[in-house]
Amino acid sequence: MLTYSADEMMTVAAARSLRNGMTCFVGIGRPSEAANLARATHAPDLVLIYESGTIGAKPGQVPLSIGDGILAETADSVVSVPEIFNYWLQPGRIDVGFLGAAQLDKYGNINTTVIGNSYAKPSVRLPGAGGAPEIAAACREVIVVVRQSRRTFAERVDFVTSVGFGDGQGSRQRLGLTGGGPQLVITDLGLLRPDPDSGELTLAGIYPGVSVANVQEKTGWDLAVSHDLAEIPPPTEAELTALRELLLTAPGSARQTGAPAATSSR
Amino acid sequence: MAEIVTLAEAISATVHDGDTVAMEGFTHLIPHAAGHEVIRQRRRDLTLVRMTPDIIYDQLIGAGCARKLVFSWAGNPGVGSLHRFRDAVEHSWPLPLELEEHSHAGMANRFAAGAAGLPFAILRGYRGTSLAENTAGVADIVCPFTGETLTAVSALRPDVAVIHAQRADRRGNVQYWGITGVQKEALLAASRSVVTVEEIVDSLDPRPGAIVLPCWTVSYVAVVPGGAHPSYALGYSVRDNDFYLAWDEISRDRERFAGWLDEHVYETAVAVRGGGAAC
Repeated sequence: MLTYSADEMMTVAAARSLRNGMTCFVGIGRPSEAANLARATHAPDLVLIYESGTIGAKPGQVPLSIGDGILAETADSVVSVPEIFNYWLQPGRIDVGFLGAAQLDKYGNINTTVIGNSYAKPSVRLPGAGGAPEIAAACREVIVVVRQSRRTFAERVDFVTSVGFGDGQGSRQRLGLTGGGPQLVITDLGLLRPDPDSGELTLAGIYPGVSVANVQEKTGWDLAVSHDLAEIPPPTEAELTALRELLLTAPGSARQTGAPAATSSR
Repeated sequence: MAEIVTLAEAISATVHDGDTVAMEGFTHLIPHAAGHEVIRQRRRDLTLVRMTPDIIYDQLIGAGCARKLVFSWAGNPGVGSLHRFRDAVEHSWPLPLELEEHSHAGMANRFAAGAAGLPFAILRGYRGTSLAENTAGVADIVCPFTGETLTAVSALRPDVAVIHAQRADRRGNVQYWGITGVQKEALLAASRSVVTVEEIVDSLDPRPGAIVLPCWTVSYVAVVPGGAHPSYALGYSVRDNDFYLAWDEISRDRERFAGWLDEHVYETAVAVRGGGAAC
């Protein structure tokens, strides 16, 4: 019997969500881990794009930052930062944006800026936007990877750093956002997908050993359950082995001990 | 016209109290040694501009050099928080820090507008976010041709740009490669500039993907080998990821940070060479 952690299940589920040959704009932390796991397993031709301007990076290890030298050295092309955003991301060339979150609401809006009621006097100051607002706006779809808790999964985010479905379905069109928005949220308990009519995130899949009640307890809104709720298969031995080998090469130990990603640190 | 001088001379000549200073380098080629020199020269009331404040601005903020920060992502990449930045925002220590906060795409376009001599740039961005409500210099603009509503961001025109590059020649022509970030735009947008380099060579042979800044666009060049550490210069050094991890502990505590500054910045003068020719 394989034993694995909830974080490992989450990273494996996130890797599975990426199809071979896709172009993927990768955030640092767990999204980057999962994207590199996908490359090491079922998606060797996944095109990894980092906001540092490295297009088609093929790191043999998980980079600590979006600008590690190995990304530039293995990339198909390295472009400037204005160019990566203006020529590559903005026109909608990228299939999937792979993001983390410190706070996420029921319409998939992301907060990575401040926790608290006041922007000027926040209770917690987070790193801020980085590339996420435009990644969330312009990619054909967005996948969010984030651990689930009542604090993180809020009815409304304290600050909209990156827009999901705004106030609900139709908001993206009104705002002129060209990409498809958050189509999948992968947590340490299961998978959430937007309801096609309302845009509200609903429970679409759970991991082995997790109950619907478990997930609802850790959600800050009244979480609806999809009528075709799926049980997600556990990690295979090959997936777990590849993930653990990948993390052994990661700089430092923070990622290996399951510390939160930079975008969700407190 | 570029003058080749010592780092101390270059900073002294360009960075003054109250200036707006952009020290750029996107993870790669961050001009850390120049940042330390600004701290040693005890500059005050600076408006610091940088897409990713990173450790370099965590140090400048903690040292009390900054009045305001213009930025788009203030974390320790891959590690977590910038604790000196957070202490300034959450507890006004050592000083209150005014924020002007954007997205990466917005900042990159603001630099590009500055380099182009335009008052603003246009992008698809910010719409529906809380950033637009909390940041001056972001406004809707209607396309005169299609009627589509887009976003305008005001140009950045720093007093000084500071960057690190792999090398320069004896005339002060500068060459850098690898992740090239937004340095060209920052330097061309600024009134004055300082470039620290790993080495000075007789002539710059071509490199794939390299950017060359002609000497007549650069104010000062200073030779500072390893001047990007703990960031790196591709071909010369690797990113010191262990230091980025260690910084989390060093910077978490005010006293430990102050001790680190004393030992590694105030009591350290970088060995530098100057007095070279210019173009």
